[in-house]
Amino acid sequence: MNKQVQAPHERAAHSDLIPAKPRVGDKVFTGLSTGSGVAILVILAAVAAFLLLRALPALTASADDIAAGGYTSNLAWLDGFWGWVLPLAFGTIWAALGALALAVPVSIGIALFISHYAPRRLAQTLGYVIDLLAAVPSVVYGLWGFFVLAPALGGLHRWLTTYLGWFPLFSGQASGTGRTIFTASIVLAVMILPIITSLCREVFLQTPKLHEEASLALGATRWEMIRMAVFPFARAGIVSAIMLGLGRALGETMAVAMILSGQNRISFEVLTAQNPNTIAANIALSFPEAYDLKINQLIASGLVLFIITLAVNMFARWIVSRRAAFSGAN
Amino acid sequence: MSKRIEAKNVDIYYSKFKAVEDVNMVIEPRAVTAFIGPSGCGKTTFLRTLNRMHEVIPGAYVDGRIDLDGEDLYGPGVDPVNVRRKVGMVFQRPNPFPTMSIKENVLAGLRLNNKSAGTSEQDEIAEKALRGANLWEEVKNRLDLPGSGLSGGQQQRLCIARAIAMSPEVLLMDEPCSALDPISTLAIEDLIQELKATYTIVIVTHNMQQAARVSDTTAFFNIAGTGQPGKLIEMDSTEKIFSTPTVKATEDYITGRFG
Repeated sequence: MNKQVQAPHERAAHSDLIPAKPRVGDKVFTGLSTGSGVAILVILAAVAAFLLLRALPALTASADDIAAGGYTSNLAWLDGFWGWVLPLAFGTIWAALGALALAVPVSIGIALFISHYAPRRLAQTLGYVIDLLAAVPSVVYGLWGFFVLAPALGGLHRWLTTYLGWFPLFSGQASGTGRTIFTASIVLAVMILPIITSLCREVFLQTPKLHEEASLALGATRWEMIRMAVFPFARAGIVSAIMLGLGRALGETMAVAMILSGQNRISFEVLTAQNPNTIAANIALSFPEAYDLKINQLIASGLVLFIITLAVNMFARWIVSRRAAFSGAN
Repeated sequence: MSKRIEAKNVDIYYSKFKAVEDVNMVIEPRAVTAFIGPSGCGKTTFLRTLNRMHEVIPGAYVDGRIDLDGEDLYGPGVDPVNVRRKVGMVFQRPNPFPTMSIKENVLAGLRLNNKSAGTSEQDEIAEKALRGANLWEEVKNRLDLPGSGLSGGQQQRLCIARAIAMSPEVLLMDEPCSALDPISTLAIEDLIQELKATYTIVIVTHNMQQAARVSDTTAFFNIAGTGQPGKLIEMDSTEKIFSTPTVKATEDYITGRFG
């Protein structure tokens, strides 16, 4: 009781009241979060350094060195390391873009169904099932693609090249096995579907009721409400989800390695027997037999994949930050 | 522009729970009608049935008849979307769309209705609505900036502008000033006085001085106890309700004896 009525100058004399006491919990938490942040940077730097050092011999090798002791270019207009890695980089991006084109609309559709259309009980079950898809190992997807999907899609390949062959992507001679970049993209799409769906669903569910009701009260239909309130609010989240999916598709190794028999070439035709390979699948397939410069070349291709992924993420950040003032964060 | 609302034997449910029981009332056009009553008495719930926003909540439904100039809002084949385009609403907390500019916010409802309005026509409608909401002078130089950058009171007036840009028949206001400071509240109250020349206005308020200041008619809702449905106790001219109410509960409430 007495302490509370002390005059200010008397209180100031109590030295233990003035300096803020260091709080243990705060210190531990600050240390933990700072430590984690630093650790991820160190790990990333270590990976980058490893890739750079081991890739250097391949990057600096002359076209003649590559021709003598490494993988050679299939391109007429570019030889040496870059002529070899360019078709791989193309194949990686091409397969991943194909997967995105298939997976994004479906994922957003499923996520919207779960968040805004389905009855609550069905929505929950569906959510679990989708999350379960993410837990299937990629080898299983590869096996499924090889044994089930590719043979099943043979007829579709022939039909598309016969009747829609005028469309550049579907031109050329249909592959007999169905083991094409088209099939690989479908398998990749199934693999990235759960991650995009789960994230989109979470973001859609976060839409403030206030904004949904605002648009409904203006006489918006459910779909108009989604376009007016849900999508704009979720934009950044959707972009992040897509980028995570793209990252997984770019780096996916086993499934693609099992389905595709790549020829290291650049071709936009998705249904023929001559398919571009992807960086990750090529590393997995070639590594056991590689030596000397070939190893350096494979690691250098890994560096290229690293840079592609980095570029994709920076692009995504830029998209998200472009209209930051309208994000609703203020 | 301004229409008369008539509610007959309206019961309102949340799934099995009956939230409001047997409301019968007439809301006159070109006047302000205030709903007062203690928390949980169903006044907001009843307000939300007037533009069919109640049924947005899963499991919620309405039994009875609500006529807008003789046309049953709950009749078979009536599209709630069309009802909401005729009956505008302003919410308790200002809710401009954060991803839209001030102008886009005002025109948001219009875009749903009439996508073909030309640019100059849109500018005209936006200016008229913002002037109507007493906001034009404050925002005319920053129409393309986000609406979320305005103060709370300005945001609420932006929401009023968004509602009146649709030229509704009725304007519902659910405690429009409860999140605002006294000066912004005064601005909105003045605005309500101006708007009643054109619209039928229904306002829910917890603030009895506000009901006394702005409304022509006051309806008092009450609830017998938790779990019981809310009921309309008494409705009369505001002057009468605040001077000589006929029911004891109304008198107790307005004199501050409970609620």
